Amino acid sequence: MSSNATSAGRPISARELLPDAEARTKLRRIRHFKDLTTRFMVSTAGYGVVISLALIFVFLFTEIVPLLRGANLGEPVSYQVPGTDAPTLHIVSERYQEAAVRFAEDGTVSFFDPTDGRDLMEQVIDFEGGQVVSHANAEPRTRIVAFGLDNGRVALAEHDYDLTYPDDVRLVTPKLGYPVEDSIITIDDQGQPLNVIGVQRGDPGIGIVAYTADGRLLLTRFTSQRSFMTGETEFVPSQYELPAPPAAPTRILLDITMRNLLIGDAQGFLHYYDISNPEQAVLRDSRQVIEGVGNSVTAMEFLLGTVSIIVGGSDGSVAQYFLVRDEGNVGRITRIREFDQHPGAITSIFPEYSRKGFVVGDAAGHVGVHYGTSASTLLIKRVSDHPLQSVAVTPRNNGMLWTDGTGQIHYASLWNRHPESSIKSLWRKVWYEGRSSRDYVWQSSSATDEFEPKFSLIPLSVGTLKAAFYAMLFAMPLAIFGAIYTAYFMSPKMRGLVKPTIEVMEALPTVILGFLAGLWMAPFVENHLPAVFSVLLLLPLFMLGTAWLWGSLPRSIRYLVPPGWEAAILIPLVLFTGWLCVTLSPLIEVWFFDGSMRQWFTDVGITYDQRNALVVGIAMGFAVIPTIFSIAEDAVFNVPKHLTQGSLALGATPWQTVIGVVLLTASPGIFSAVMIGFGRAVGETMIVLMATGNSPVVNFNIFEGMRTLSANIAVEMPEAAVGSTHYRLLFLAALVLFGFTFILNTIAEVVRQRLRAKYSSL
Amino acid sequence: MKKWFKSGDPWIWMIGGAVSISIIMVVGLLLLIAVRGLGHFWQPPIIETTFHDDGQEVVVLGTIRNAETVTAQAVRDAGFEVPEEQEIVQRYLFHLGNRDLTGRDFQWFIGDFLEEFRYPEDAIMLERREWGNFFGYLVALKRDGEVIAEGEEAFVRLPELLARSNELVGNAVSIERYDIGRINFAIEQERLEQRRIELNDRLSDEERAERIARSQAEVNRLNAEYEKLHAELVELRASGRRDALVARTSDGQEVTINLGDVVRATRANTMTIPEKMREYGSRFWAFMTGYPREANTEGGIFPAIFGTVMMVFIMSIVVTPFGVLAAIYLREYAKQGPVTRIVRISVNNLAGVPSIVFGVFGLGFFVYFLGGNIDQLFYPERLPAPTFGSPGLIWASLTLALLTLPVVIVSTEEGLTRIPKAMREGSLALGATKAETLWKVIVPVSTPAMMTGLILAVARAAGEVAPLMLVGVVKLAPNLPVDGQFPYIHLERRIMHLGFHIYDVGFQSPNAEAARPLVYATALILVLLILVLNLTAIAVRNRLREKYKSESD
Repeated sequence: MSSNATSAGRPISARELLPDAEARTKLRRIRHFKDLTTRFMVSTAGYGVVISLALIFVFLFTEIVPLLRGANLGEPVSYQVPGTDAPTLHIVSERYQEAAVRFAEDGTVSFFDPTDGRDLMEQVIDFEGGQVVSHANAEPRTRIVAFGLDNGRVALAEHDYDLTYPDDVRLVTPKLGYPVEDSIITIDDQGQPLNVIGVQRGDPGIGIVAYTADGRLLLTRFTSQRSFMTGETEFVPSQYELPAPPAAPTRILLDITMRNLLIGDAQGFLHYYDISNPEQAVLRDSRQVIEGVGNSVTAMEFLLGTVSIIVGGSDGSVAQYFLVRDEGNVGRITRIREFDQHPGAITSIFPEYSRKGFVVGDAAGHVGVHYGTSASTLLIKRVSDHPLQSVAVTPRNNGMLWTDGTGQIHYASLWNRHPESSIKSLWRKVWYEGRSSRDYVWQSSSATDEFEPKFSLIPLSVGTLKAAFYAMLFAMPLAIFGAIYTAYFMSPKMRGLVKPTIEVMEALPTVILGFLAGLWMAPFVENHLPAVFSVLLLLPLFMLGTAWLWGSLPRSIRYLVPPGWEAAILIPLVLFTGWLCVTLSPLIEVWFFDGSMRQWFTDVGITYDQRNALVVGIAMGFAVIPTIFSIAEDAVFNVPKHLTQGSLALGATPWQTVIGVVLLTASPGIFSAVMIGFGRAVGETMIVLMATGNSPVVNFNIFEGMRTLSANIAVEMPEAAVGSTHYRLLFLAALVLFGFTFILNTIAEVVRQRLRAKYSSL
Repeated sequence: MKKWFKSGDPWIWMIGGAVSISIIMVVGLLLLIAVRGLGHFWQPPIIETTFHDDGQEVVVLGTIRNAETVTAQAVRDAGFEVPEEQEIVQRYLFHLGNRDLTGRDFQWFIGDFLEEFRYPEDAIMLERREWGNFFGYLVALKRDGEVIAEGEEAFVRLPELLARSNELVGNAVSIERYDIGRINFAIEQERLEQRRIELNDRLSDEERAERIARSQAEVNRLNAEYEKLHAELVELRASGRRDALVARTSDGQEVTINLGDVVRATRANTMTIPEKMREYGSRFWAFMTGYPREANTEGGIFPAIFGTVMMVFIMSIVVTPFGVLAAIYLREYAKQGPVTRIVRISVNNLAGVPSIVFGVFGLGFFVYFLGGNIDQLFYPERLPAPTFGSPGLIWASLTLALLTLPVVIVSTEEGLTRIPKAMREGSLALGATKAETLWKVIVPVSTPAMMTGLILAVARAAGEVAPLMLVGVVKLAPNLPVDGQFPYIHLERRIMHLGFHIYDVGFQSPNAEAARPLVYATALILVLLILVLNLTAIAVRNRLREKYKSESD
C-alpha cells in the first residue's frame, strides 16, 4: 500500500490512512487472539470427537465389567446372640435387612437388627412341655419354620413383617404368626419323638413329613379350604403313613407341588418317593449321592422352586441333583453338576430367595456362595475358626448371616449381583431344570417367580451367523459379478446409469426392506415356493441360451447394439423368466408336489416357517449388495489400464484377462468389500426383526427362522431391568457386535489402503 | 460349442445378468412401493356379487384388495371346499368393512363361486372414525331422528351435511387438543410447583403455606376454566351429532350411522375420473396432515412426519459443528502421522458399526446415566416419574448425531482434501493467519462438501429405526414435541417416527390387513424423503467435483 502511495507522488502518503502503530498492535493482537481461539475450538472439537468415540467403547465395557466379578463378602460384624443361651436352630433376615430372626431350641424367637444385633422383639413359642428334637424350614420365601418334638408333635411358626411408611420412612415391624390355627400339631398318635422332619408350603397347602424314633415315615397334609360360613381359609389335615426308608434319614425335603419327597440318609443315599397319591406312595428311585464309605449327606436343600436339590456331604462336596424323567416317564435322581469342594463337611445350605443360587457353611469355618445354573462357585471364604452351624442369605442377596457355636451371630454385606453368567453358562450346553438333557437355550424371562433364566449366547450367535451367511450367499455372486461386469465390460454410458441406481439402494432404510420382506415377500415365497427354485435353475440356463442365440444372430442385427449393453438386453429376459416361473408355480406344485410344496416339505420332515432364513437372506442380501458392489467396483475399475491392455495385446481374450489379470489384482479390494458387507449383515437389525419369527433356534435350516444378537437387543432391551444380569448381557451382545464389526472393518480398510498403495506403485 | 465356451462370452453374459437382476430388484422394489403406496388413495369401484356356498347365496359388497392364483390343494388345506378335479383356483380378497356388524373386515372368496361382478350405483363407502370402513347402500338422511331426504336426494344433500358435522367435530377436537391440553398442562405445572415448594427447605412454614395457597388458587381458576370449556365441548359434540344417515348393508340390514362418526363418504361407482382425482388429492392431504386413528391403522401420519423432521433437525444442529470442526482438525491442524491415521480409520469404521450398538449406548449413557442425573439435579419435584431419565427426543437426536458423525467427518474431509494447495498457500502468503485462511478461504470453498455430508447424514438418520426403538420413539405420542406451552420445545417428550411407524403398524397392529396400504403409503413417503435427500447430496457432490476440476487445472 505504501508503494501505491509513493507512486501517486503525493506528499500526504497513504501511510496516514493506515492505522497508527498502536491500533495495528491492537489489531494484530485481536487477529492473534482469533487465531488461537480457532485453534482451540477446532482442537477441542477434534479431541471431543475422538473422546466421544472412545467413550462408546469404554461405556459399553464398564457396563459389562460387573458380569466378570465373582461374589464379595464385606467386613463381618459380630454380636452376642440375642435372647437365651439355648442353641440356635435357624436364623434368617427380612427383605430390607432391618430385621432378622433367630429361633432357639427352647422356643425363644428373637427379632433383632441384623447389622448391629440390636434387640427388636422377643417371643416364645409354647411347646407345651415337649422338647425340640428336630427342626426344618419350608422354602425361605414362605417364612415357615417347623420344630419336631419328642412327643410326636410339631410346632409350626411363621415369621412375618409389617411394612408401614409413617412420615415417608419405611418402618418394619416384625411379628410371629402361626400358619395353621393350632401352633402345636400332633403328627404321631403313638407319641414317638420326631427325629427328622420336613415341611413345605405350596399351592395345595402345607405338608409335613416326619420320621419317628421307631422308624416310621409319616406324612401330614393340610389342605386349605375356604369355609362357606365365615369365608375364612381353614386347613383340613389328612395323615398318611409312607413306606419306611431303607436307612435312617438325615434330611427330608418335600416339594411345593406335594408330589415329590426326597430323603437323604446317613449312608450317602438319596431316595425319591412319588407321593402324588399319598395312599400309594412308592419309592421310585434311590441313588448314592456321596461317594466313599462312612460319608453321609450332612445338608440338603431345595433351590428356589423346589426342583433342584443341593446335596452337601460330610466330605465337603456340594452337588446339584434333580429329577429327570426317563423313557418310562419315571423321575430319576440325576446328578446335574458339582461345585467346588469345601474343606470341611457341609453343615448348612441356604437357598437364595429369587434366584437359583445358594450359600453354604462348612465345618471348617468357611462360607461358600454358589450358583446353580451357571455351575459357578463365586466365593469360598474362611470366616471362623469354629464349625459353622447355620448360614442364611438375605432375600435381596446383599447380606449374609451365620452362627458358629460361639454364642455370636455374624453379619457381613454381600455383593453377588451377576452369578447367572459364566463362560460355561453363556457358551456351553447347560442342563436346565425340567429338561431331559443339556442344551443351548436363550430364554431370558417368564411370568413365574421360580423361572430359571437361560442365557446361552449360542442360539443368538448361530442365528446371527445364519442370517449373515444366507445374506452373503445371495449377495456375493450378484454383487461381485455385477461389479466386475460394470467396471470392466459395461459401456460407460450405461455405467453412468447403473452405478448411481445401485448406490441409491444403499440409502434405502432397512425398515422398508424388512417390512417388504415380512409382509410381502414371506407370504409370496410361501405361496410360490416352486417359483423360487425354478428361477434359480432357469435363469442361468436362459441367460446362456440368450448368449448363444445372440452370438448366432447375423452381424447386421448384432451391431445394432454396441458391446457393453448385454445387461440391458438381459433385462427383459430376466423379467420374462420371473413371470414364467411365477405363473408356472401352481402348476409345478400340482404336477410334482401334490398341490402344495409347503405341505410336501412338512411331509418329508422339513420344518417350514413363513418368515425364514430364505426370506431374510434375500432381503438382507438386497441391503448388502450395494455395499459390496460399490467397493468391489471401485477396486476392479482402478486396476491400472496398462496391465489389462498388456494382457489383451498378448492375445488373451477379455474373459481371460478378467480371470488372469483383473481379478488377481483386484482380489484384495473384493475381499475387503466382502468383509464390509459381512459386517453390515451381522449387525443389521430391522430386517431380521421383521422378516423372521425371532425364535432362538440352533440350526442352519434355510426354511426356519432365527434370532440374531441385534434383533435380540432390540426386542429385549426396553424391558430389561437396569443393572440386571440380563441388561448387562445385552450390553455384552452389543459390545460383541461392536468389536466384531470394528475388527472386520479395520481389516477391510487396511487391505484397501494397501491395495491403493499398490495400484499407485504399479 | 466348446469353442464358444472357451471364448468366455457366455460368462460375460452371465455376469452381465447379475447386473440386470440387481437393477430389476431396485427398480422393482421402488415401483412396488410406489404403486402400492399411491394406490392407497385411489377410490376403487365397489363391487357387488353373489357368493354361492353349499346352496346358500350370500351377497358380497366391497372392494377387491387382492387377487391371486393358487393351487386347489392349498385352498383345501385352508378349509375351503373345492371340487376334486380342479387344480388351480383364482381367489379374491374382498374388503367388506362393517367390522362392527360382522366382525371381519376382509374375506377371501374363491372366484368360481362368485357371480359376475355388478357395480350398483347406490353403493357407498363410508370412512368412519371408529370400526373401519362401512359398505352399503344409502337409504335416507335423518335429522334428530326425522327423515329429511331419501333416495337420490339423500346423495345430493349428504356432502353438505357431512361437511357441517366434520367441521363441528374438528372444532371439538381442536378444543380438546389445544385449549384443554393447555389447561391440563398448566394444572400439572402448578402441581409440580406445589411439590417444589414442599421440597424447598429454605422457606419458612408461613411462606410455604402462603405460596401453596396462591398456587392452589390458580389451580381452582384453571379448573373453572376447564369446566367452561368442557361444557362448550359437550355442546359442540351434540350439535355435530345432529344428522345421521340410514344405510342398508349387503345382507339387507338397515343401520343408522351418525354423521359425527363419518369422516368421508364416497359413492364410488358414479364418480367420474376428475372426481376421483379430487378425492385422491383430498385423501392424500388428509393422510399427510392428519392424526392417526384406530391404533394407527387409519388416519394420517402427521405426528410421525413432524417427529422425524424435528429429530433430524436437532440432530443436524448437533452433528454439523462437531463433525465439521473435527474434520478440519484432522485435516488442517492435527499433525499427520500414525495417530491421525488410526483416528481416521476408526472414524471411518464407526460408520460400519451396527446402529443398534449406538442405541444401546444411547440408552445406557444418555437416557439412564445423563438423563437420570439431570432429573436428580433439576427435576426433583417430578421424581420418581422421569423427565429426562426416560427415552425422548433429545436423546434420540444425540444418539443419531453420534451415529452420523462419521458421515459428516468423512465427507467434509474429502472436501478439504480436494481444495488445491495453492489456495491455502496463497492466503498464507498474503499474510493471513491460519484462522483467517480457514474461515475466509477454506470453509467457504468446502461448504458444498459439508452440505453433502450433512444431507447424507440426514438421509441416514431419517431411515434409522433400530436405535430409536431404544432411545425415543413411541407408538403413539399424545403430544407433539413442539406446542404452545412454555418452553415450546419439549425435548424430553417421546416422538413418533416414520420408520418406527412402519414397523409398528405393519407388525404390531391388531388389524394388519386393514393397515397394510397405510404402511405402504408411509413407506413411500419415507423412501421419497430419503431418495430426494440422497439425490441432492449426489448432485451437490458432482457439482463440487466439476468445480474443483476446473479450478485445479
